[in-house]
Amino acid sequence: MSANGDGASPPLLDVESLVMHYPVPRGLVGTLARRPKGVVHAVEGVTFQVREGEMLALVGESGCGKTTTAQSVLRMVDPTSGAIRFRGQDITRLGARELRPLRREIQMIYQDPYESLDPRFRVRDTVEEPLDVHGLAGAKSERRQHILDALVRAGLTPPELYIDRFPHELSGGQRQRVAIAASLVLNPKLLLADEPVSMLDVSVRAGVLHLLDGLRQEGLGILMITHDLSTAAHFANRIAVMYLGRIVEEGPAQEVVTNPQHPYTKALLSVVPKRDPQHRSRPQILQGETPDPTHIPVGCRFHPRCPIAIPECKQVDPELRRTSGSRSPGHRAACIRAW
Amino acid sequence: MSSAFTAAEAPEVTAEARPGFLRTAILGERQAIVGIVVIVAFILIGVIGPFVTGDPKAKVGPVFQPPSGSHLLGLDGGGADMVKLLVNGARVSLLVGFAAAFVSILIGGVVGVLAGFFGGKTDIALMRLTDYFLVIPDVPLMIVAAALFGRSLRNIILIIGIIYWTTTARLLRAQVKSIRERIYVRRARAMGAGNSRLIFRHILPQVAPLVVANTVLLVATAIFAETFITFLGLGDPSAISWGRLIENAFTDDAILNNAWWAIVPPGVCVAIVVLAATMTGAAIEEALNPRLAVGHLSVRRFRMRALPSIGRVEPPATLPPSTGAAGATSGKGTKR
Amino acid sequence: MNEPLIRVEDLHVWFDLKGGVELHAVRGVSFALERGERFGLVGESGCGKTTTILALMGLLPPNASVAGAVYLDGENILEHGEETVSPHRWKDIAMIFQGAMNAFNPVKTVGKQIVEPMELHEVAEGKEAWKRAGELLETVGISANRTRRYPHEFSGGMRQRAAIAMSLACSPKVLLADEPTTALDVMVQAQILELLVGLSNDFGLSLVLVTHDLPVVAQVCEQAAVMYAGEIMESGTLDGLYHDPRHPYTRLLFAATPDLYGEGEVVSIPGAPPRLDREIPGCPFAPRCDRTFAPCPDVKPRYLVVGPDRHAACHLNDPALAKAS
Repeated sequence: MSANGDGASPPLLDVESLVMHYPVPRGLVGTLARRPKGVVHAVEGVTFQVREGEMLALVGESGCGKTTTAQSVLRMVDPTSGAIRFRGQDITRLGARELRPLRREIQMIYQDPYESLDPRFRVRDTVEEPLDVHGLAGAKSERRQHILDALVRAGLTPPELYIDRFPHELSGGQRQRVAIAASLVLNPKLLLADEPVSMLDVSVRAGVLHLLDGLRQEGLGILMITHDLSTAAHFANRIAVMYLGRIVEEGPAQEVVTNPQHPYTKALLSVVPKRDPQHRSRPQILQGETPDPTHIPVGCRFHPRCPIAIPECKQVDPELRRTSGSRSPGHRAACIRAW
Repeated sequence: MSSAFTAAEAPEVTAEARPGFLRTAILGERQAIVGIVVIVAFILIGVIGPFVTGDPKAKVGPVFQPPSGSHLLGLDGGGADMVKLLVNGARVSLLVGFAAAFVSILIGGVVGVLAGFFGGKTDIALMRLTDYFLVIPDVPLMIVAAALFGRSLRNIILIIGIIYWTTTARLLRAQVKSIRERIYVRRARAMGAGNSRLIFRHILPQVAPLVVANTVLLVATAIFAETFITFLGLGDPSAISWGRLIENAFTDDAILNNAWWAIVPPGVCVAIVVLAATMTGAAIEEALNPRLAVGHLSVRRFRMRALPSIGRVEPPATLPPSTGAAGATSGKGTKR
Repeated sequence: MNEPLIRVEDLHVWFDLKGGVELHAVRGVSFALERGERFGLVGESGCGKTTTILALMGLLPPNASVAGAVYLDGENILEHGEETVSPHRWKDIAMIFQGAMNAFNPVKTVGKQIVEPMELHEVAEGKEAWKRAGELLETVGISANRTRRYPHEFSGGMRQRAAIAMSLACSPKVLLADEPTTALDVMVQAQILELLVGLSNDFGLSLVLVTHDLPVVAQVCEQAAVMYAGEIMESGTLDGLYHDPRHPYTRLLFAATPDLYGEGEVVSIPGAPPRLDREIPGCPFAPRCDRTFAPCPDVKPRYLVVGPDRHAACHLNDPALAKAS
């Protein structure tokens, strides 16, 4: 399957102008003092697509809205506005019952492999549960075969060695693979991976990432959330950089990393430590903290920390557009100085 | 493939409720074993004993006869053998204790799990309810209930059950709230599992050890509650329990007669069973929360010892040539 | 050559666990730290790096036993265990623990928590201590008037800076930092690393940076040691470790770390580290190594000098054995 599906069929996942706002609880003092209710502008108009056989990495620091975006796609929360389309079907406002069949097609892999598995379930039970939930039972032998196949697909071979184990008998990497197997047993089309390797040892990470890459080559679409630009650069087809609820730059992974267009991307790339001690670039360290999603700056949301901000930046809230310096039509950035 | 025992830093065991947790928790702690043994012993006495003793209230000698060879704990204010009375009392006291604890767990469990799992308005409503029950003074309630509904064993069990469920409810609510947020529960929900599956297959098994610990402690509370209810004269007149024995001893002026054997043994029995249950319950709770075993505040410190035999840094006779002996010189790896 | 500030010689740490098991967590670790040097102790989870630096501070639990020597300015501070270590704790050697930014007492002001160690160790007290606390906050990039604030009023990055300020309260010579930037965003991480480098350059503070993150060590440290299964596999300059590794684990660890601009496959190392509750006869890395040969599973490699200030524990470096490889 090609990395860009043919133009005729809709993309696997199509997110348009997604907005997620959360009210901030005021607490007793706040209510008594009649403070205005705060709103967390977690996601403020995010548009992107994931095609079959493609891995898109959503990259950003904490509070940028990447995890909330994933939660919205998974429909674990109701979006405030915007549209989410899966294989052409609008799933934004579907209720729990209508969503149920979709829960087979969209699966999520979580960051913490040590908490992803019920400690009382054997591997067999964990991988079998999705089949139970969706009534795909069948004969015992058939079920066992599904489980074994899923374990093999997740790289746990020979599967018989793992099927009766408890989570505490497995390493972090193995547990993550069991979680992946449990996702695969339903034959999903879209995988959401939230920091799938950040809690694993370095020597084990590549194995899991190569596994995800292999699944991608089989035709799955993968949306990977990560803060690690290096991992995104190596394994993703496309990267979308998020800042305060918006995508500020998006494009082919190598393009974004070697030819960044947005000042935030440039700063981020400059501070990522390189493993070659001779590559000690001058990092462009932005001052201040990762800002607060309850107080979004007016105009371009990055302008208070931007090293190249001009007065116009306080007035214009830029949208994603092809920039003058980009080398590929799919490479866009939200910066008036880059257009 | 070796098992995942790789923690080199002082390993902190996570308090996951793995299968076999209770067995390990109980059998691992000597105090828990003692506790269980004692309770089981009393249960056996209570179950089998009465068949052996026959009618305990039968007068077999003079009133308040002191302990002797034939009557090891003497006779009570009605001339009945204390040992036989105690054995029968065990049955009633333990029965009420366990039954009342069961009622408590049932009510508290349902309230706690529902409040913890659903949160929101359900939680608020149920917690208000819990608060009301929490503030009701137990003794006046018991007196009123006894007056209104009559004094029977069933009523006592119900009253004790209804007074003491609140702690269980709160404990379970807190625990359920925390487990609800665990990743494996969220995963199950995200793949489409319904509430009943989440509750029965994922959450309840995790709270089971806590429930057991709580039940055991509640048994202790309930037995003690039964004792003092009966002592206050609110007990079932036809049932012999340890509390009853103490009450009888008082009404029969055992103290004036210096008949300590009529008062002290039943009290001691209650104390032993309550202590045993507390020890067991505490052991389970401690196993559930290993951080309670505080290591860093101990008075003892790490100790020094001798080096094992092998030495380390050695210069070789000649420095080996830099051949990139460990592999490719560029530092890049081979594909695996 | 001057005596190094800290010289660790053949350090061993055992833990007595429930069930009569003894975990040999640190197995003969030796390294040296010069004044003003930034030294990285790198390894994956369970390799013993945190236990090693805890041993330098004597902050081990009662079920731990220690052998070996730690020379601070020539004096063996582990000679009589707690007795000889505690006078130096915080005054000469200080530590930032893993997750320190979350370990603040929420009901005390940050200033108070910096003043406390000063008063406890009789370095300063009262007004003078508070003034110093303000100065320390300024040093780490927080304005001095924030001493009266509570930890929850600080962001994550600021709390980590405050934790660093706290550890500097008694003007130590060495700072041991355990995963100081692991939970932080990459931009905040850069700020903290810049701070640590600045402290070492401007004040001559020696730094031992413990982390699993090789690129962080590559950017910040001059010398490093790679640990595995309680032992040091290789140590030397970062340049040497990256461009001319003398141990397969070092090479593979770099290869397993994706680099922003690096080409080539990112590899994984199959298998898992060995159990530490038993003797390991040969090289601990042998089962997972891609260059094993005859002696590796049975004969323990010697920790050899393989260059100026470079050591490696691998038979491939041993001229006597290398002929057979």
